[in-house]
Amino acid sequence: MLFYLLKRIGLAVVIVVVAVVLLYSMIHVVPGDPASVILGPRATPEMKQELHKLMGLDRPFVVQVVSFLGKVARGDLGMDYFSQRPVAEIVFKQLDETLVLVLASITWAMLLGIPLGCYSAVFRNTFSDKLVGVFSIGVIAVPSFVVALYSLLFFAVTLKWLPAIGAGESGQFLDQARHLILPAFAIGLGWVGYIARLVRASMLEVLNENHIRRARAFGLPETTIVFHYALKLAILPTVTLLGTGIGRLISSAVFAEIVFARPGIGKLIFDSVVSRNYPLVMGAVVVSTVLFVLSTTISDSINAMLDPRVRERL
Amino acid sequence: MTQPVLDIRNLCVDYHTPKGTVQALRHIHLQVPPAKVVGLVGESGCGKSTLISAVIRLMAENAHVAAGKIRFMGLDLQGFSASELRGIRGRDISMVFQDPMTALNPVLTIGRQMVDIQYRDGLSRKKKRERAARMLERVGISDAMSRLDNYPHQFSGGMRQRITIAMALLVQPKLLIADEPTTALDATLEVQIIRLLKDLQTDFQCAILFISHHLNVIAELCDYVGVMYAGELVEKGTVRDIFHRPGHPYTRSLLECDPSVIEAPTRFLPTIPGDIPSLIDLPSGCIFQDRCAKVMPVCRKTPPPAVHLGEHHTAACHFLEE
Repeated sequence: MLFYLLKRIGLAVVIVVVAVVLLYSMIHVVPGDPASVILGPRATPEMKQELHKLMGLDRPFVVQVVSFLGKVARGDLGMDYFSQRPVAEIVFKQLDETLVLVLASITWAMLLGIPLGCYSAVFRNTFSDKLVGVFSIGVIAVPSFVVALYSLLFFAVTLKWLPAIGAGESGQFLDQARHLILPAFAIGLGWVGYIARLVRASMLEVLNENHIRRARAFGLPETTIVFHYALKLAILPTVTLLGTGIGRLISSAVFAEIVFARPGIGKLIFDSVVSRNYPLVMGAVVVSTVLFVLSTTISDSINAMLDPRVRERL
Repeated sequence: MTQPVLDIRNLCVDYHTPKGTVQALRHIHLQVPPAKVVGLVGESGCGKSTLISAVIRLMAENAHVAAGKIRFMGLDLQGFSASELRGIRGRDISMVFQDPMTALNPVLTIGRQMVDIQYRDGLSRKKKRERAARMLERVGISDAMSRLDNYPHQFSGGMRQRITIAMALLVQPKLLIADEPTTALDATLEVQIIRLLKDLQTDFQCAILFISHHLNVIAELCDYVGVMYAGELVEKGTVRDIFHRPGHPYTRSLLECDPSVIEAPTRFLPTIPGDIPSLIDLPSGCIFQDRCAKVMPVCRKTPPPAVHLGEHHTAACHFLEE
C-alpha cells in the first residue's frame, strides 16, 4: 500500500507540473497584454515596459515557466496588482469557503445516495425501486442553479427559515452552518441521484457475481452479503466518480456561489476573468488544478485500499 | 435401506421466459444415500445446475418449482421459509462451484471469508482462523496460517478450487454439492482435485452430489450415477450398472462418444446426431426420440416408463428387458 501511495503521489506531481506548464502557456498565447489592463488606457509605452520587467514578462518564455513553477512549488502565486496583496492569500481565503461547500454537498449526497442505491438494488424492480429511479433521474436532470434559485425562494424568502445570501459571520460556527445548508442542498441534490443510480447499477452487477452466489450458498446473512461482500466492490466506481466530481465541483460550484452571493474560488475565477486580472486567474486556476489532482489521487488511493488488485496494478 | 440424505421426488422446475414456459426439469426422482457419492452426468443445458439450484433454492428469479418434493434428512425443504433454508445452507449442505476464479470475493482475504462462514459457531476469531488454516493444510495448501491473509488473486486456479473445497468442508456438512468443480481446470489439476475430493470424502464421511459432464471423473469418484437428458433423469444406477450394463440408448451413445474409449485413430470423433428438443414445446412420447437410432412409432406416442433393471438400476425406455 505504501509503495502504491508513493507511486501515485509521484504521478500526481508530474500531472500538476504538466498542467501548470500548459496553463501558463495558454495564458501566454491569449491575446491582450496584462500590463495595459493594469495600467489602463492612458499608459505610456515606457510604463508598460517597466511593468513588463516588474512582472518578468520580458524574459524568454521558458525562463518564465520555470520560474513560475519554482514559485508555485514554494507556495508563491505572485502579486495581485489591483489590490497589491499576494494572490495566494486571496485564493486561500476563498478556498476555505469553497472546500467547505463542496465537501458538505458531496457528503450529504453520499450519505443519502449510497443507501438509496443499495436499497434499489436489493429491492430491484419493486415499486419503491422505481420511485427511487424516477426521483434520481429527476434530480439529475434539474440544473443546480435552478434548485438553488427555487430553494432560495422557498426556504429563505417565503418560509424565512434560512438566510438567503452570504457565508455567515466568520468564527460563528452555527451561523456559518445555517448559511451552508441551502447552497449545499442545491449542489448536492443532483449528486444524490447520480450516486444512487451508479451504486444501484454496480450493486446489481456485483450481486449477480459467482462469489455472491457462493456466499449465499453458505447461508451468510443478507446484510453481511450486501454491506460487506457486495458493497465493498460496488462502491469502487462511485469512489472514482467522486474523485473527479469533487475536483470538478471546486471550480464549478460557481453557480451556487453566485446565486447565494457566497465567496468562493469559482466566483473568484469568474470575477478575475471578467476583470482580466491575470495573476489572480492564474493563481486560482493553479490551485483548483492542484486540488483536482489531489482529489483524484485520494479517490484512487481509497480504491487501492478497498481493492487489493488495484494496489498491485499501478 | 437407511434414510437418504437427499431425497428428490417427482421434481419439476419451470423457467418463465418471454417465449414461453421452459420445462427445465421434469419428474426427477433421485436419492443420495448417507456417505455415498452420487454423480449426475449430461450435456450442457440438460438441467444439472437447475437441479442443484432447486435443492438449495438459489434459483434464477424466473424459475419456480412446479411440482415435487425435496427432502433433506427427512425434512421437507419445500415447506421451509427462506430464513429456515438459510439455516441449512452452509451448515448441513455446502457447495463447491464450477469456476474457482470467480467463486471467491476478490476484495476480502481468504481468512476473512473462511472465518465468516463459521459465523454460527461461538468460537473466538483466533480459533476460527486456526480451524481455517488446518483445513487449508488438509487440502494441500502449505504455510496456511500466513496464506490466510492473502487475497484470492494471489492463488492459482487449482489452489482456489482447493480453497473452495476447504470452505465447503469446514462447516462439516452432511451433504456436499459439487457443481462441475473440475470443468474450469486443466486435466492434471482435475485428477488432483478428484483424488483430493475422494480422500476427503472418506475422511469426513459426508454424502456428495457431484455434477459433471466428464464420464471418467464420474467413474473415478462416484458410487451411483444419474444420467440426465433434456431435463429428465433417463437412467440411474451404480457406477458398475451405468458403465458396464447401460440400458438407455442415450447412456450408450454417451459412453461411445467418450474420446478415451476410441481405440483406432480416426478422422471423426463420434457424436450423437441431432439437437436437444425445445423444452418450451415438448414432443409427445420419449424425449430422446429424435436422436435415437432405434426409434419406433410407440416412442413418438407414449412416454417410456421407468424400467427396473437391477436393485438400483432403472432406465426410461420402451425397449428394455427387466
